[in-house]
Amino acid sequence: MRYSALRILSQGLSGNRGWERIWRDPEPKTSYDVIVIGAGHGMAAGYYLAANHDVRNVAVLEKGWLGSGNTGRNTTIIRSNYLLPENQPFYELSLQLWEQFEQKLNFNAMVSQRGIINLFHSDAQRDASVRRGNAMLLSGADAVLLDEGRLRKMCPYLDFDNARFPIRGGLWQPRGGTVRHDAVSWGYARAASKLGVDLIQNCEVTGLVIEQGRCVGVETTRGRIAAGKVAVCVAGSSSRVMKLAGLKLPIESHVLQAFVTEGLKPCLPGVVTFGAGHFYISQSDKGGLVFGGGLDGYNSYAQRGNLPALEDVCEGAMAIMPMMGRARMLRMWGGVMDMSMDGSPIIDQTPIKNLYFNGGWCYGGFKATPASGYCTAHLVATGTPHEHAADFRLDRFQRGHLIDEKGAGAQPNLH
Amino acid sequence: MSTRLPTGGVLVDRNKPVRFSFNGKKMTGLEGDTLASALLAGNVRVVGRSFKYHRHRGIVGCGPEDPNGLMTLGTGNRLTPNQQATTTRLFEGLSARSQNHWPSLEFDLGGVVDKVSSLTPAGFYYKTFIQPRRAWKHVYEPLIRQAAGLGRPPRDRDPDLYEHFHAHVDLLVIGGGISGLIAASIAGRAGLRVLLLEQFWELGGRTPVDVEMLGDEAPRDWIAERVEELNALENVHLRCRTCAVGVYDHGYVLANERVGEGTGDEGELRNRLWRIRARKIILASGAIERPLCFVNNDVPGVMLASAVRDYVTNFGVSPGDRTVVVTNNDDAYRTVNCLVRAGLDVPMVVDARPVPGPVAAEAKELGVNVVSNRAIANVEGTKGITGVSVCSQAGEGTVLERLDCEVVAVSGGWSPAVHLWSHCSGRLRWDDTRAMFRPDRTRPPLASDGEEQMVVVGSANGMLQLDKVIADAAEGTVTAVRALGGDADPGFLPEVAVQSESPASPVWLMPNGMDLRTRAKAWIDFQNDVKVSDIELAVREGFESSEHVKRYTTLGMATDQGKTSNINGLAILARSLNTPIEQTGTTTFRPPYTAVPMGAIAGKARGSLFKPTRRTPMDAWHDANGAYWEPVGDWRRPYCYLQGEESVDEAVRRECLSVRRSAGIIDASTLGKILVSGPDAGRFLDMMYTNMMSTLRPGRCRYGLMCNDNGFLMDDGVVARLSDESFLCHTTTGGADHIHGWMEEWLQTEWWDWQVHVVNITEQFAQIGIAGPHARKLLSSLGGMNLGAEDLPFMCWIDGQLAGHDVRVFRISFSGELSFEVAVRGSEGLELWRKIIEAGQNFDAGVYGTEALHILRAEVGFIMIGDETDGTVTPQDLGLTWALSRKKEDFLGKRAQERSYLTSPDRWRLVGLLRVEGNTPLAHGAYAVSSENSEFGHTRMIGRVTSSYYSPILDRPIAMALVENGPEMQGTILEFVEKDGRVRAEIVDPVFYHPSAAARN
Amino acid sequence: MLKLTCPYCGIEADETELHGGGEAHLERAAGGAGDSELEQYLFIRSNPRGVHFERWHHIHGCGKWFHAARCTETMEVFGTYSAQTLRPPENTLSEIKRRRPNWVNA
Repeated sequence: MRYSALRILSQGLSGNRGWERIWRDPEPKTSYDVIVIGAGHGMAAGYYLAANHDVRNVAVLEKGWLGSGNTGRNTTIIRSNYLLPENQPFYELSLQLWEQFEQKLNFNAMVSQRGIINLFHSDAQRDASVRRGNAMLLSGADAVLLDEGRLRKMCPYLDFDNARFPIRGGLWQPRGGTVRHDAVSWGYARAASKLGVDLIQNCEVTGLVIEQGRCVGVETTRGRIAAGKVAVCVAGSSSRVMKLAGLKLPIESHVLQAFVTEGLKPCLPGVVTFGAGHFYISQSDKGGLVFGGGLDGYNSYAQRGNLPALEDVCEGAMAIMPMMGRARMLRMWGGVMDMSMDGSPIIDQTPIKNLYFNGGWCYGGFKATPASGYCTAHLVATGTPHEHAADFRLDRFQRGHLIDEKGAGAQPNLH
Repeated sequence: MSTRLPTGGVLVDRNKPVRFSFNGKKMTGLEGDTLASALLAGNVRVVGRSFKYHRHRGIVGCGPEDPNGLMTLGTGNRLTPNQQATTTRLFEGLSARSQNHWPSLEFDLGGVVDKVSSLTPAGFYYKTFIQPRRAWKHVYEPLIRQAAGLGRPPRDRDPDLYEHFHAHVDLLVIGGGISGLIAASIAGRAGLRVLLLEQFWELGGRTPVDVEMLGDEAPRDWIAERVEELNALENVHLRCRTCAVGVYDHGYVLANERVGEGTGDEGELRNRLWRIRARKIILASGAIERPLCFVNNDVPGVMLASAVRDYVTNFGVSPGDRTVVVTNNDDAYRTVNCLVRAGLDVPMVVDARPVPGPVAAEAKELGVNVVSNRAIANVEGTKGITGVSVCSQAGEGTVLERLDCEVVAVSGGWSPAVHLWSHCSGRLRWDDTRAMFRPDRTRPPLASDGEEQMVVVGSANGMLQLDKVIADAAEGTVTAVRALGGDADPGFLPEVAVQSESPASPVWLMPNGMDLRTRAKAWIDFQNDVKVSDIELAVREGFESSEHVKRYTTLGMATDQGKTSNINGLAILARSLNTPIEQTGTTTFRPPYTAVPMGAIAGKARGSLFKPTRRTPMDAWHDANGAYWEPVGDWRRPYCYLQGEESVDEAVRRECLSVRRSAGIIDASTLGKILVSGPDAGRFLDMMYTNMMSTLRPGRCRYGLMCNDNGFLMDDGVVARLSDESFLCHTTTGGADHIHGWMEEWLQTEWWDWQVHVVNITEQFAQIGIAGPHARKLLSSLGGMNLGAEDLPFMCWIDGQLAGHDVRVFRISFSGELSFEVAVRGSEGLELWRKIIEAGQNFDAGVYGTEALHILRAEVGFIMIGDETDGTVTPQDLGLTWALSRKKEDFLGKRAQERSYLTSPDRWRLVGLLRVEGNTPLAHGAYAVSSENSEFGHTRMIGRVTSSYYSPILDRPIAMALVENGPEMQGTILEFVEKDGRVRAEIVDPVFYHPSAAARN
Repeated sequence: MLKLTCPYCGIEADETELHGGGEAHLERAAGGAGDSELEQYLFIRSNPRGVHFERWHHIHGCGKWFHAARCTETMEVFGTYSAQTLRPPENTLSEIKRRRPNWVNA
């Protein structure tokens, strides 16, 4: 069923009774060419396997409901303002895929390019912003260095003369923005389902079937399913699932929280990131101010967070937007991040044949969803890494080829 | 119309009128009123517009569960959106405005959406606005954003104050109703430290309204006695107007106390955020009444039955003359009694149950017409109710009769307020006989020791009859008190008769066979406009999980977070899926229970207190002498000192030349100073630094590099050996705390058998740098010690006296010039600084700031941590191999530096750059690009500028860069991409300037 | 808001007083270690959902590092102990086994 204004009209006039399921709900088959575990990035991978590589005998297994992982728990920001040449083209590919998402998938995920501004507060931060902006421009992304005057015109509500960290300017990516996160998984599921990909919800993987160094299927709470290839895209659960294959990863699972205020009339055009504390903010189409900050700081699988991170972000909020004092925080929640040891992702073949791994997304997973699915599908279908994900290898830690955007070292709670 | 009754209203003082305004209209309420009760008393029935369809909305509840009464309070910098009328206490001069309408509450253009609501069902926006792509950004989204949102945001700096208060208690009791008071009394008598929190400003909860007698006393008297007794106990504290909003791990509770209401002057204390650590928590948060789903159940005048009797009893307010009561349980009959007693008309009780039980007979005795197995077929009216039609509950809605009325009091049963139970993973179970999700006491939130952290009691635990509530509160508290080692005695409990209540019958749709078309007019979430038909549509489209339904329809996502709508929504979902409700489960309850101002969470950490600034002893001098500040780590340092009308660039140039030509003085106190001592100190520093430090002789200094175990350069600085067993390690300004912690970490966790003591003495000493050809003359003129080349050779230090101060003088240089650093006790720093400045006047010496420092070091090719390094650069990359000891088997980072990627010949390495044309510095962070593209056709970057300045002494721009194979390409011209095009620069040695040899002696 | 008892100063400290330091009992690889050993030490983590032995720094307190055994799912703490040890002490292990009879130290 194609979605359009006309369809809404015709359905509306007939009592909205003709809308169809947006994705099929099949029983798992006994065997698939490819099984993708995890329906976050995995849902995108499932779609691109079918759409780009004509691999359609695919199951995407989700242990809970579609979008129940980090896809439905993030602050919905998209951007490609990355510094390192290993990262930048990949995230730029992702941003370009976002720009085609709705028209290609016939689903409105509210891809909203209202821009993202990273504030800077000192000379040294300005230098770092210039460097990042240059790297972005050279990789084909967009970047504008805003001086204080121009920034004041764009965001008059910021506390430019903050007593502690005066705002000196910002690095602006006009094409950055936000996307309605749930709609992303729904859109991919609908399009993939139409191409024949089976989305199996409430199906937790309990074992990986490995015979003579080859992965040949999975054990699940809904029975054993055979597979030609298996791709693991399970974010915060990466270590647990890969342990089923006896593999240990350079990953720790940490909780990252997000927060939202009550709905307000529009006051923030795009995304704003504080340069002197853990705080970034945007306003959703419904009017809630969506904001986030740093990790809780210790290993956790709890999907709930603690108070210090909340205080941190509220302090950051009051530092740059002191009018926010009377806006009220409505809800806080947490997701389990797969924090890799250099802050960058892994999309690679594992030492076990036909078993592929996608993970280590840290906070960056949501914006990467299209490119991650795209490159994972490419890897699984062709056996070779996609050019834009060519450095996201498992062995890079052993080689010392770290992709460390922040230069924070092998400490996941600092990325 | 709604009005104030001639008598009644236990919470209001009829002798104290309070003037306020609503939408600019002047009104009068009474002291003790909420904004909601005052509005109802003034016959304001419509208080706002709904989020999506802009339908008229009236007050539904009497507390934080009310989804509709959202107001913008105050003006100017105290404008506060989305405040609940039901929890706002009326005060003199309060100004309230309704929200989400244009141009006015009465006539709202947004209401047009309601007229076409069949075209805008749940999730319609996912299916349209797709083409053309640009229209989303420029047309659709701006329109949607403008239509969405509720109140206008504040625009000005919040002038009021917020504070935090920390409390540590044995037992925290959440809720000041009868259960909470019983819990506090039992625990208080047992001598435990008890804190009781109540969100309302009165204690007692529903009991005074709902209960006739407690034992042989009126409930208010019994409660007053308890409160008096508790107030007399030193170990018990009761706090009203304080809502527990979040439960976090290990018994940590956040509560929001509303202190100022906007009545005081600007700068009043508005909220106090309680941060409570409790050994155990008693959750006595009560229950929330559910509405019923029938057609047009959102018309202003449809209210919760409990709220109706609250307004009558507590505020003496009649919500309307004629009230039809609609129920599926016995509890709503309390409202019948209350209304009849107040002399108001109850034309009919519509009881959905086939057999209503004894309470119906009692109501009939009062002359009320009770009909059973009946339902509401329709509510008439838009801005207020004009009447209802009644049908059979079992049927499809055929109207049996029609009644005039102004209020419909609904009760769909009660849902325990389990939110705080769930915040920290307490589990719920569905109780079929009570038709509610209840806390599962076998799976409570856990304490750090794995034991039960929270005990839930009373109606929060699903108890709805008074005798059971009392017994449950006592039993739960006794268990908790005993677990805490207290001696519990519930001897004071009132005797109440065993109550018999006929069971509620779960009614999720009214009538049961509601016509498909009318389901689009049966509301579940009043604020977000979610209807029965929306949930059914979601299910039809495959959104079958409760979370999917929430996210697709926005059910329960409004400011009330679904307090009245969640359970009804889940039940409708279960019904649509044809599964038991326990299988659909609930969505996750998340903090906060009620919304908390951002300012309250930030507390005092605002403005200059956001992060305290570290200041050197000379800070005030700098400030008084033209310092242009920059933040460096937690410190602030002068970037330069402005004189007269000069620009920052001019000041920096003047300061650089002063050092090169005469002398410059800099406050270097922020540099980290870490004292490392003990028999194994040398051996330890050999591990920490890439250099060999154990061979350094006492009295000598050595520049050292520190890498992390990943091989990357993290800090640098000069190490001075003070004695055989002690070293003073200088670090960068930003690195002091980190490096100190780093050393401690290794000593404590890896080499704990080594005898080394590390202490961070950064702030014990002020340090003053004097650099330039006249530096020695300048310092010597202070008198007290010999600083000749033989007395103090380069890279040595000596102790002595200067101008009467005990000092340690290091002869080290970061500029290539003759240079000294003088360390003095922090308390004497400013005095010595002034003396050096004064002496400097004879030698044409000036002070200089960090920018001059950076330029001077770049002129002589010294690297700067943070410029040339970014956590991914090795000493080898920077040509610092001379500082890597080859003799040592091990130092931190050594093994990691041997990995293939780090030894690759085409790593980017340090070079100097000189522009071929042009006289402005290269852009810091500009990239050099190769003439050949990468294998994938991308622009290939082959280097980047890490430092770039205009050198005053050379009178030309200079730069340092990391370039692929750079050192082997001296003389090569590279192209750098800048904003306005490409710039050519030649690779040169990074040492641009050589001070005269005399300077070194 | 976690609380952990610092085994050095005896303070029951809020997590705001502490700084997490990741997995405990890692063996430092240096000198002649192979690339794989170095990788294990620097990067590879067990990251269990369940009992985790981990390092904490009482950074805004006595300044000492210590170890804790904590469940990463429920946040229960089984015990804290000295950082100057190569393996968890017996009393901590037996407390874990008491509460998690099926637990195996991987």
